[in-house]
Amino acid sequence: MSKRIDVKDLNVYYGNFLAVEDVSINIEAKSVTAFIGPSGCGKSTFLRTLNRMHEVLPGARVEGEVLLDGDNLYGPGVDPVTVRSQIGMVFQRPNPFPTMSIRDNVLAGVKLNNQKISKGEADALVERSLQGANLWNEVKDRLEKPGSGLSGGQQQRLCIARAIAVEPQVILMDEPCSALDPISTLAVEDLINELKDQYTVVIVTHNMQQAARVSDRTAFFNIAGTGKPGKLIEFAETSTIFNNPSNKATEDYVSGRFG
Amino acid sequence: MTATSLTSSRGAGRAGDKVFSGATLAAGCLILAVLFGVALFLVIQAIPAFTAPAADIQGGEGFFAYIWPIVIGTLIAAIIALVIATPVAIGVALFISHYAPRRLASGLGYVIDLLAAIPSVIYGAWGAAFLAHQISPAYGWLAENMAWLPIFQGPASATGKTILTAGIVLSVMVLPIITSLSREIFLQTPKLHEEAALALGATRWEMIKMSVLPFARPGIISAIMLGLGRALGETMAVALVLSSGALTASLIQSGNQTIAAEIALNFPEASGLKVSTLIAAGLILFVITLAVNMVARWIISRHKEFSGAN
Repeated sequence: MSKRIDVKDLNVYYGNFLAVEDVSINIEAKSVTAFIGPSGCGKSTFLRTLNRMHEVLPGARVEGEVLLDGDNLYGPGVDPVTVRSQIGMVFQRPNPFPTMSIRDNVLAGVKLNNQKISKGEADALVERSLQGANLWNEVKDRLEKPGSGLSGGQQQRLCIARAIAVEPQVILMDEPCSALDPISTLAVEDLINELKDQYTVVIVTHNMQQAARVSDRTAFFNIAGTGKPGKLIEFAETSTIFNNPSNKATEDYVSGRFG
Repeated sequence: MTATSLTSSRGAGRAGDKVFSGATLAAGCLILAVLFGVALFLVIQAIPAFTAPAADIQGGEGFFAYIWPIVIGTLIAAIIALVIATPVAIGVALFISHYAPRRLASGLGYVIDLLAAIPSVIYGAWGAAFLAHQISPAYGWLAENMAWLPIFQGPASATGKTILTAGIVLSVMVLPIITSLSREIFLQTPKLHEEAALALGATRWEMIKMSVLPFARPGIISAIMLGLGRALGETMAVALVLSSGALTASLIQSGNQTIAAEIALNFPEASGLKVSTLIAAGLILFVITLAVNMVARWIISRHKEFSGAN
């Protein structure tokens, strides 16, 4: 249950401002793809166009195609709600629903997509999802407690459990560890490694070591200057990007000469 | 080089600090003193009404026989107002905060705020001269077709000056309070929580149910309670609209009375024990409002653990 994403000639605009220019990229199923690059280079913006979350901002629009196993996400008649139920997202800051218990947080998306679910099925799904997010042992005795009472790293893994509970085709992660301490980061990275057995994972990160640790392929984005659009500079196997990049800007970035 | 001693302090800054903390302390104390003063005044002035022989109180059967029908009348009017105003206000507030295009939203918000600026006597005049007249055919229909409900028992008032009309006028008056407070709360919903819902594949309404309304719940309750406070205490509109009388279950006959209107209508000509009776009625209204606020706080605190404040 994982699908590949092919992006063809994608431009992203905020109003008249071209934020990301002409990106074409092929994201393999059941692999981890990392987006790296300096702040403001459009990698988060581009990530959000992969499940149409950019449309939350008024005036945001795209030109080009994003194909999920050949189906265009921006085709006529495609409902962004359906797109998002198939392509889940984990955000920079952990955002469990504060008014819901841990259990209800995990079930939040499922209750949207297939309204009725029996208690037994729900219990099984909660356990499966939390185990999938490596959180089950830590929270199994307090499922009815609020999700906001957990530590930051636990909250982020709860958000991942919430995302995988709806069994999406793809999971997008927007700097999922930037608000976490190193131990929690390690827990989430281990989890990402396990997730790729079942899901297509796309992760945006500021941390190059993280990209090197978790990803199979890496895309480097860069921006020519303030007010200029972000562009995809190089996309290759992670080992190639870090050891033998073909582009000078990529080499400068990964070797720490700028950014 | 001049070493700055740890013990020397900037004189002016310290003085300003003391003045400011003194001023805020005084303001805080003043509020308590005013509240205490009002309560003390009400209690002292009301004592004669509680201790007087039953036959001397208006109606001749003692204070509590006098007060309870108008307490019920007050609550009925306020409840009608809230039942009508709350869903409309929350709907309007959600429309402004989450559905309307930005330009329309700001215009609409402005109009709603204007509603709050209209003096209550204008609402009263509008209710008495226009609404009551227009709505009386509807009361006739209710009396004919819905009379099996005690609240719609006929014969309907021909003038339309009933507790239901008063409640409707009150609902228009509390609408802007509930709307603007709810709107502010809805707009404060963290983007993170809205996006969390949307990213799970929620529609806009589902997103509102999952993230906006739970976040805004305590705020909505406070807004309703503020509206309730206004509805309970509103005098002029009720005095003008309601053709008062004895307590009746039917909302579409003339009858019923509220505490505030009772005080306003009778106070100018009252003297002696009658004044004490009316002030005692005011004390009861004060206690009701206090109780309502305490219940609201209790409801809010019951869900503190899940409020997201931790």
